[in-house]
Amino acid sequence: MTVPTAERITAPATRLAGPRIDAWAKVTGQALYADDIRWPNLAYGVLLRSPHAHARIVSMDLEPARRMPGVLAVLAGPGSVAPYGIMPSTQDEHALAVNKVVHVGEPVAAIAAETREAAAAAARAAAVQYAVIKPVLRPGPGKGQVEPVHPEHPQGNLFKQVDLEFGEVEAAFFDSWVREDSFFYQGNNHGAMEPHAAVAYWTPDGQVEIVTSTQTPHYVQRELSRALGIPAYKIRVRASVVGGGFGGKSEAFGHEVAAVLLSRACGRPVKITLTREEVFYTHRGRHPVSMRVRTAWNPAGELQAMDFRSELDGGAYSSYGIATTYYTGALQPVTYRIPAYRFHGERWYTTKPPCGPKRGHGTTQPRALVEIHLDRVARALGLDPLELRRRNLTPPHSITVNQLEVTTSGLAECLDAVEAMSDWRARRLQPEPNRGLGVACSAYLSGAGLPIYWNPLPHSGVRMAVNRDGGVQVFCGLTDIGQGADTVLAVLTAHALGLDPARIRVHTADTGSTPVDLGSYSSRVTMMAGHAVLMAAERMAALVTEAVAARQGVALGEVRREQEGFWGADGVIAWEQAVQWAEAAHGPLTTFGGYTPPPPIGRYKGSGVGPSPTYSFSACVADVSVDPVTGQVAVHRLWVAHDLGQPLHPSLVEGQVRGGVVMGLGEALMEEQAFNPDGRHRGPHFLGYRMPTILDVPPIEVALVGEPDPRGPLGAKEVGQGPLNPVIPAVLNAISAAAGVDLSETPATPDRILRALKTQPQRRTI
Amino acid sequence: MAEALVSVTINGRRHALWGEETEVLLTVLRDRLGLTGTKNGCEVGHCGACAVWVDGLPQLACLTLLGSVADRTVTTVEGLAGWWRTLNGNDAYHPLQTAFVDNGAVQCGFCTPGMLMAGAALVRDRPGATAEAVRESLAGHLCRCTGYEQIVRAVLDVAAREEDPA
Repeated sequence: MTVPTAERITAPATRLAGPRIDAWAKVTGQALYADDIRWPNLAYGVLLRSPHAHARIVSMDLEPARRMPGVLAVLAGPGSVAPYGIMPSTQDEHALAVNKVVHVGEPVAAIAAETREAAAAAARAAAVQYAVIKPVLRPGPGKGQVEPVHPEHPQGNLFKQVDLEFGEVEAAFFDSWVREDSFFYQGNNHGAMEPHAAVAYWTPDGQVEIVTSTQTPHYVQRELSRALGIPAYKIRVRASVVGGGFGGKSEAFGHEVAAVLLSRACGRPVKITLTREEVFYTHRGRHPVSMRVRTAWNPAGELQAMDFRSELDGGAYSSYGIATTYYTGALQPVTYRIPAYRFHGERWYTTKPPCGPKRGHGTTQPRALVEIHLDRVARALGLDPLELRRRNLTPPHSITVNQLEVTTSGLAECLDAVEAMSDWRARRLQPEPNRGLGVACSAYLSGAGLPIYWNPLPHSGVRMAVNRDGGVQVFCGLTDIGQGADTVLAVLTAHALGLDPARIRVHTADTGSTPVDLGSYSSRVTMMAGHAVLMAAERMAALVTEAVAARQGVALGEVRREQEGFWGADGVIAWEQAVQWAEAAHGPLTTFGGYTPPPPIGRYKGSGVGPSPTYSFSACVADVSVDPVTGQVAVHRLWVAHDLGQPLHPSLVEGQVRGGVVMGLGEALMEEQAFNPDGRHRGPHFLGYRMPTILDVPPIEVALVGEPDPRGPLGAKEVGQGPLNPVIPAVLNAISAAAGVDLSETPATPDRILRALKTQPQRRTI
Repeated sequence: MAEALVSVTINGRRHALWGEETEVLLTVLRDRLGLTGTKNGCEVGHCGACAVWVDGLPQLACLTLLGSVADRTVTTVEGLAGWWRTLNGNDAYHPLQTAFVDNGAVQCGFCTPGMLMAGAALVRDRPGATAEAVRESLAGHLCRCTGYEQIVRAVLDVAAREEDPA
């Protein structure tokens, strides 16, 4: 059944799901983002960055910088005492480059001064001599003698290769109809509106305080501990108000380490704020991926086997690269039933800014190819592309060939919804010239089943306190990066305790005062912190209810709620009264809750990437026109259906869906992190890197479908990333239908479309 | 480049600022006056996050020089409610601030101050503005979170009320 967003708005699962709790601070200018923070005696840091993609540092004369007015400290590499990195097995970064630089914009020195301008002037005075080396711009072994990106790395520029095989792949290909397609998915940047910034202070007693724009304070604390060589408990990492993340603020960065070290050097707190250009060099965005897919089919149009290969251009460092590589092969069987599956992935070092996780982490690129491929299969088999997908959906409550456990799935309903909303059949029967429809499906994790570093501890913890004033304090390490995580925490607490949300105060994203939550990545926060807070609230409700029962001399089962308080023999017992009875009995009221995902089923190497408590599902239909003369694409409308189980907060849900869809539209049509032959970024600014403006966004109709998932808190699944994925292939499939030619790469810019029109025989459109 | 004493009224308060006339208004607001509500998203005029009013008209603070606002008035997001209160003699927030809160137009909030300043000028100058006019007037303001729809909804909501105060 399809329930449009508008109708769901009147029926949220949670009581009193009002505006987000930080909205007023943000519309009045009170919210403090990292660059807004001013500590007493603050100094300002800048990083001197490499102008070359690949070069040896011949000499560095920092004396002129030290002599500049207002300069407090000047540091050269490596800065960190040990190489660090988000994945424990591939730590290859230093805060400042040592012998060579491996991408344009790599930091080589750090300067602190009285003002940002003075620090920048000092950076210009420093003299660094480089011996330029031929840049490595493409993944692969390359031709001739080119110096590897990391000469000490044992496998040349090959960062990682992974191979997985499930079921009888060769046998399936032997006697089936087979099709093969290739595609290049271009890299792109998160484009969060807030550039990264951090304020750090090395206190006189050797503690580190850092407030930074991050999605993952806990991981930043771990990485800083390694980079600085001091115990983690001496480091307090707090996330500021974060102006968007999308994956781009999910690990420790050189500027964070450098801010701490500059502070140690000058004895004052130091703030480093990146410019927009520096954000493009810091990157960690979507990997460019070259992919090939082969599939085997039976005459009924049922998928028999898939062989998928991906080659990732990782950039200069590892970042989340191992996980990204596996993710390009992990979720294909979650969307479609694939009886036999083979995956080969490889990630290569190149001398470009490091790639990492961006919304959809590693699943967005293969999703694009799989869905484009399915359209071509449908065309060859003479089937409606929607029908072909319906015949191959992964059934709910099943285990995929790669050992992932699927619980509820609303994917069939998603397809029904976008088919109905778009009037799919009627439009396809009466096509207009140069106009076409495209469809695509997707699935995404509701939280990674395993943490970044192996440990058996809860993935999310909540400590809850109720004071005698009747207010509730919720402590949780989760991080609100704009998606509304703080609000979800407050709303779930209010719901579970039956209280007005105004009583709830949340304290989050602070390694010095909150229990660990692993961070805002992998669409895990509502799932995991949600369960943790519900557990803490249930325990708190029990403490208070027991106190009421004891005072009233009644059995526990006879205690009844009345609005925020309780029914008593002599009238209503206020919540405050009940809380005070409980505090008198137990001391200060504190409870805790924690959540650990169900253990993954798979036991093979690589099985740690892909498992999740449950999966969301999405489908999208796009209606586009292509101008055959100019190659311009006009997107008339997008229809998106998403199965997120039970929505908890309708306006947050709508924001996540629409924001993800528009980000997908940008990836499909215009965004590319592209480089010149010398390794320089082609446009490290918002004119060179085009993102959708308000005028680029067509009407988008959203339907929420599905049923409450037994594994989700109150039945909820994820919504932060899933809705992005189907948009790109839906738009590309629509362009193919409209123009009668197939594209082999993203983004679908006019020049690429014109090239396809010139070089391919044009199909008659449907 | 000359240093000068620049007199400028910011959010209703007169400031006498000594400085280079080429100093950028955005840094004056943020670094000198602590008015950090105005955001720096790109510092080169591409993103629209730093929009403020100069004599009531939206202008990008990152492209505005201190010398150019001499003897003029500047309104930032911190002053939006005050401007509205002075105009109406009440103690309310600007209706667009309320509409942003109520319509889910705020997510990460970094583009919000710029959107508010552009949107508030639009509903003041063009009550009853159409969705097309709203989209046109916000075209220079990037938002990466919302997909824009809820922002348009909030502005239209207020534009309709401004046209018909009943």
